[in-house]
Amino acid sequence: MGKVKFLQGNHACVEGAVAAGARFYAGYPITPSSEVAQAASDKLPPLGGYYVQMEDEIASMAAIVGSSLSGLKSFTATSGPGLSLMQENLGMAIMGEVPCVIIDVARGGPSTGLATKQAQGDVMQTRWGTHGDHTIIVVTPASVQECFDLTVRAFNLSEKYRTPVIVLTDKTIGHLREKVDVRDPSEIEIIDRKRPTCPPGDYKPYRADADGIPPLAAYGDKHLLRINSSMHGEEGFINQSPQNATALSKRLYDKIENNVADIGRIKTFQTEDAEIVIISFGISARSAFRSAALARQAGIKAGAIQLQTLWPFPRPQVQEALGNSCRRLLVAEMNMGQLALEVERVFTDMEVYRVNKWSGEDLLPREILDRLKEVSE
Amino acid sequence: MTDYRDYLREELFPQMWCSGCSHGISLGSIARAMAALNLERHKTVVSTGIGCWGKADDYFRTHVFHGTHGRALSFATGIKVAKPELTVLALMGDGDGVTIGGNHFIHSARRNLDMTAIITNNFNYGMTGGQYSASSPEGSITTTSKYGTMEEGFDICSLAIASGATFVARVNPYHVTQMDKLIAEAIAHKGFSVVEILSNCPTYFARYNQKASAVEMMKYFKERSLSRKKYDALPEEEKENYFLTGKLHQVVKDDFHKKYKDLQKRARETAEEVS
Ligand code: SF4
Repeated sequence: MGKVKFLQGNHACVEGAVAAGARFYAGYPITPSSEVAQAASDKLPPLGGYYVQMEDEIASMAAIVGSSLSGLKSFTATSGPGLSLMQENLGMAIMGEVPCVIIDVARGGPSTGLATKQAQGDVMQTRWGTHGDHTIIVVTPASVQECFDLTVRAFNLSEKYRTPVIVLTDKTIGHLREKVDVRDPSEIEIIDRKRPTCPPGDYKPYRADADGIPPLAAYGDKHLLRINSSMHGEEGFINQSPQNATALSKRLYDKIENNVADIGRIKTFQTEDAEIVIISFGISARSAFRSAALARQAGIKAGAIQLQTLWPFPRPQVQEALGNSCRRLLVAEMNMGQLALEVERVFTDMEVYRVNKWSGEDLLPREILDRLKEVSE
Repeated sequence: MTDYRDYLREELFPQMWCSGCSHGISLGSIARAMAALNLERHKTVVSTGIGCWGKADDYFRTHVFHGTHGRALSFATGIKVAKPELTVLALMGDGDGVTIGGNHFIHSARRNLDMTAIITNNFNYGMTGGQYSASSPEGSITTTSKYGTMEEGFDICSLAIASGATFVARVNPYHVTQMDKLIAEAIAHKGFSVVEILSNCPTYFARYNQKASAVEMMKYFKERSLSRKKYDALPEEEKENYFLTGKLHQVVKDDFHKKYKDLQKRARETAEEVS
């Protein structure tokens, strides 16, 4: 049976990771994510798991890739500047197809910017931070309960699609304390990576099944694993032929982008008859839901959508949620307009408005409401 | 004893390295050490970085990991911590090992995980065209130091010892029997072991500096490598012209996992008390 606890978001992420089966954490402390490291160092050793404090975020990301390949579900946590350092080996995890989870507790940037303050400026860093053509899964909790639930989900998606997944929270959710149902592993769906079923001699670490995802052996198995961050063929040897480069990049992209129906998730508030819908994520989505409710009281037919999956952008889910009467979208986020770029790209038939804040303070319901009134006239 | 060829993918030979490059000798030596220790292939992981030597994983019939430049030890750390029963080797050049990966190197030594770092030190970056690295001796002529480097190079073994490595050896490609023996000893050692292999890059470093062919370089390594006793007997000003080779350091200390097991036990007891 699970337990109801009163936890901060950072701790709930660790509870979620442990429930999902994670037994390895490597990281480097950084505000406002350090409580994730602290909780991991407390929770993992009694379970026979490992907490390793690395010399920097480059090594942290590398270590969780290595441990995952030895068969332990693995995670790390950081904030914007640390995520910048992780980008090198995040790319490695994408290219090498290594399941792992990165918790990014966002803070104000750029650089050491507003180290202890609130922001949602990592929308594009999570999507495009590592170089080259690639795609990635990013989930975005808006409450402490969702920190638990979506961390479990991040592990599941990571194992299922053999790819790294980012849990993007922020300073406010990370430190916010709320009631959270810490579910027992027996009460939640837990997905483990596909393992090879062929004889060891036939195993090719990058030969995909029909679903585009290759089964993954572990170091120590009789199935020899050849992991490669360079463009490789099915056996894991470097293969730089134009045909192979084209095909492999496409497979890595398709295995995720073709499954948005499965990966994408949103929460809605009165979108059915709404004429204007606020699109938001993370803690700002809670302000958005509240401001939509206030707008309804003021006679504006407003609705709101929280993106629980930020990337790949959950286009079919959002499209389905928007009713026929919706003509306007308002993108609410704590940055100078990053998610808005994607919404504008996807919904060319709508008027897309923005409400932004980058002062280091949370975006409040009243501020979204004021903007909602302004653009509804 | 197992045949060393069992550990190699000879079907992929000839090796990709330039003729006269010493990497092939190092490769054979590692395979012979694996055979001497009877390592199970599926319990052995070879982790490499980027550079000429970073291609070495291609030739091993074991588990392998080929990742980003300078991080071979960081990936290896995760691999080994998560599965202590594996034998883990990180193969790096001087670029991977002590230049871009210098931070990981000193911390790996400090952590004393039971794994082996094998650093082929050819004093320059071969793959990118012969630029200087953190191990190029002062005054080296490279493709980015036409006028000679003005920085001092690292002494990799001293760095390893100062950082806490519990086994440190330096070998050269001429004295292959010694190389075989010390690599095997390093792998068998319980704790973080480092073997620096003085290496020959006839295409760049040797050509620009010693103005030497591969054969002349072999003679150079043969003549300039000295055991501790002979090295110590040299006049102080002569020492920089010679390499101190052999086993330079070994101490018995609890390795990372031995201590981590104790930590897990303490953690379990505390967790039980609390609940
Ligand atoms: S460039 Fe130098 S190090 Fe690289 S393969 Fe050729 S000789 Fe060896």
